[in-house]
Amino acid sequence: MGLVARHVEAAGFPTLCMSSALDITRAVNPPRTAFLDFPLGHTAGKPNQPELQRQILADALSSFETMTAPGSARTLPYRWSEDEEWKGKAFAEGDDRLPRHDTPQYQDEEDRRRVEGGETPSCPVCRP
Amino acid sequence: MEPVEYIPRIRENYARLGYKPYNWVVNADTPPWAPLTKPLSQCRLGLAASGGIYATGQVAFHYRDDSSLREIRTDLDTRDLRATHFAYDLTDARTDPNVVFPLDPLRRLVRERFLGSLASRFHTFMGGIYSARRVTEELAPALAARFREDAVDAVLLVPV
Repeated sequence: MGLVARHVEAAGFPTLCMSSALDITRAVNPPRTAFLDFPLGHTAGKPNQPELQRQILADALSSFETMTAPGSARTLPYRWSEDEEWKGKAFAEGDDRLPRHDTPQYQDEEDRRRVEGGETPSCPVCRP
Repeated sequence: MEPVEYIPRIRENYARLGYKPYNWVVNADTPPWAPLTKPLSQCRLGLAASGGIYATGQVAFHYRDDSSLREIRTDLDTRDLRATHFAYDLTDARTDPNVVFPLDPLRRLVRERFLGSLASRFHTFMGGIYSARRVTEELAPALAARFREDAVDAVLLVPV
């Protein structure tokens, strides 16, 4: 996403990258980074915690007004848990990625039926 | 405790699996810079997220070099969002997509007048695209063109 940030910024738009993988983001060096030290898959917060999510987003977005130097990165003041046991497990137990299928991988079968059955005439979001 | 260092862990995994080493993009130069031209409370915000979010009724992402984009209307009910991705644990994103696609908190920040407004659509794709060339020559220009169409003042990027 850092590559996208640099390109979109060069096209004239101020960008802010959220990140949960600081070393990867730093290597790509986007213009602005707000780092949240949470496990991958939680770049914007914890599930079903709307107050926390709101606070994280407000904190992150305020970087647009406070960062003044290209390549700025700040760490947001939140911890996933008291102990940081999750850090030992992250990516340490081998490759658990899913097989690289080349057909659409729906979250549920109902989604597939809606697309493949063409049953979407009144749906406003169903542009291909 | 220090942040997790993902680059060495992923490098070790690849070596163990016999994959060729992943070529990390490293930029030592100063990145480009476009200053914010108005207060956030007057800005229209655009967003792109790479967590594999789609809306029910749309074709889902596939897992082999998919660099296609979906547009998600920002007035969509969060319950109509779905998540699919080959490379991260989807459990929490499927429970609450806001963890990788923060639509509800951003709508709330607009109601609170912290932010001016949201673009009428946000943009999603599935990260883990192995070709940096496809990102810089295809995906990033396509996103920049969409942000121009959407007339946004600032862009939030949410990777996984």
